[in-house]
Amino acid sequence: MSNLSDDQMRRLRDLVDAPDLTGTRYRIERRIAVGGMATVYLAHDESLDRNVALKVLSLPDSGTDLAPRMLREARIVAQLEHPAIVPIHDVGTLSDGRVFYSMKFVQGQTLDQQVASQSNLNDRLRLFLRICDAVAFAHSRGVLHRDLKPSNIMVGAFGEALVMDWGIAANVRESGEARPAVASTAGSSPDPVTQDGVVIGTPGYMSPEQAAGSAKAVDHRTDVYGLGTVLYFMLTGRPPVSDSAAAVAIDRAIRGEITPPRSINSDVHRTLEAVCLKAIALRTEDRYDTVDALSRDISLYLDGEPVSARVERPWERAGRWINKYQFIVIIALVYIIVRFFFLLWRGL
Amino acid sequence: MSKPLLGVILGAILGVIDGLTALFAGPEVAAQIVGIVIGSTIKGIIAGVIIGFVAHKYNSLPLGLLVGGVVGLGLAYLVAMFPDETGKHYYVEIMIPGTLVGLILGYATQKFGRRPARQTA
Repeated sequence: MSNLSDDQMRRLRDLVDAPDLTGTRYRIERRIAVGGMATVYLAHDESLDRNVALKVLSLPDSGTDLAPRMLREARIVAQLEHPAIVPIHDVGTLSDGRVFYSMKFVQGQTLDQQVASQSNLNDRLRLFLRICDAVAFAHSRGVLHRDLKPSNIMVGAFGEALVMDWGIAANVRESGEARPAVASTAGSSPDPVTQDGVVIGTPGYMSPEQAAGSAKAVDHRTDVYGLGTVLYFMLTGRPPVSDSAAAVAIDRAIRGEITPPRSINSDVHRTLEAVCLKAIALRTEDRYDTVDALSRDISLYLDGEPVSARVERPWERAGRWINKYQFIVIIALVYIIVRFFFLLWRGL
Repeated sequence: MSKPLLGVILGAILGVIDGLTALFAGPEVAAQIVGIVIGSTIKGIIAGVIIGFVAHKYNSLPLGLLVGGVVGLGLAYLVAMFPDETGKHYYVEIMIPGTLVGLILGYATQKFGRRPARQTA
């Protein structure tokens, strides 16, 4: 009797775990990713003859809040029609009661994979601006993502950024309150991820207010913090709080124990470090008030203009100006040298 | 500010500065400085109009620099063709700075100034 290889075992397990899609128009191709609540598959849409990503709840709903949460996620994302947000195509329930939804299948890399191969910092910052744009759009629709991190951002084959995994997103407008709303699809029970004392997010990237389980303090500036952690990763290749133990990471996030980016990567410009540290400030009131304000500072940095996060010293301002207008400075210097040369020439 | 207007204003300013630098050539030039500055300013304005108009029509930094350099050089050559009272020409002294002024104008008009709004059908 021959033993099965790891690969064969994995395929066998995938086959057993694969959801029964009878009655739907989808056919599973392969598993893409497994999350805590759901599994994402590459599936083929037989009706439209195209590949889609199919997110299926890991377990049939057995009185838990998972199914309503997933439906809520699908409905929230469906509201967000934006080029940098993956569009939802369809939502439904399988014969075993598992909720699923299909969305655009994005071919590319997650941001953490992409950053390693993208050496040009300015290109990374332009990508960051597109991510900010998507989050600002979601905020304009009253939606908070609450789990922004590099692995939740896909970079497509043409360099397009796509913000993924809105699984713990909240719609602020549904409740009319300043804090994330109770899920409209969850019946009368409140959304547990918005209740005080519940820690949501990813250790290493979660904001201090999320780490402290303070749902009332979670607002759009929590996403500003999330974007700040993404920027931090783009600058250093590491999360702001990196500790293998989740409890320690959460504790460090609560205390705001973050190593400045320049201590990890000395090539990071002081201005960028200031922008990043302002975005991930411990107190929400010390952060950028909006995603647009953060985005504006990055744009100003890219344009060689002063940013709101940092007051420049006079020589830094002069250096930035010279750097920005290098060509004019060089030509003007050449002009002066040429004139000086002619002066000396005539004097001889 | 439109690009041609920027070209005219910057051309005039650089023309005045370029003309005034002639003062460093020696005390004998001081008597002619007004004429030199006026001529240099007119040269700068003409260069600014041409270079600014090109920047208005075409959004290309290399083209702007090329046109700026050529126009600056060409106009400086026309000026240098006129000798001083002793019959001496100053081709190099006039044409090299003139070309540099043209390059500055070409760069500035491509980088700055309002671009015309795109018309849609």
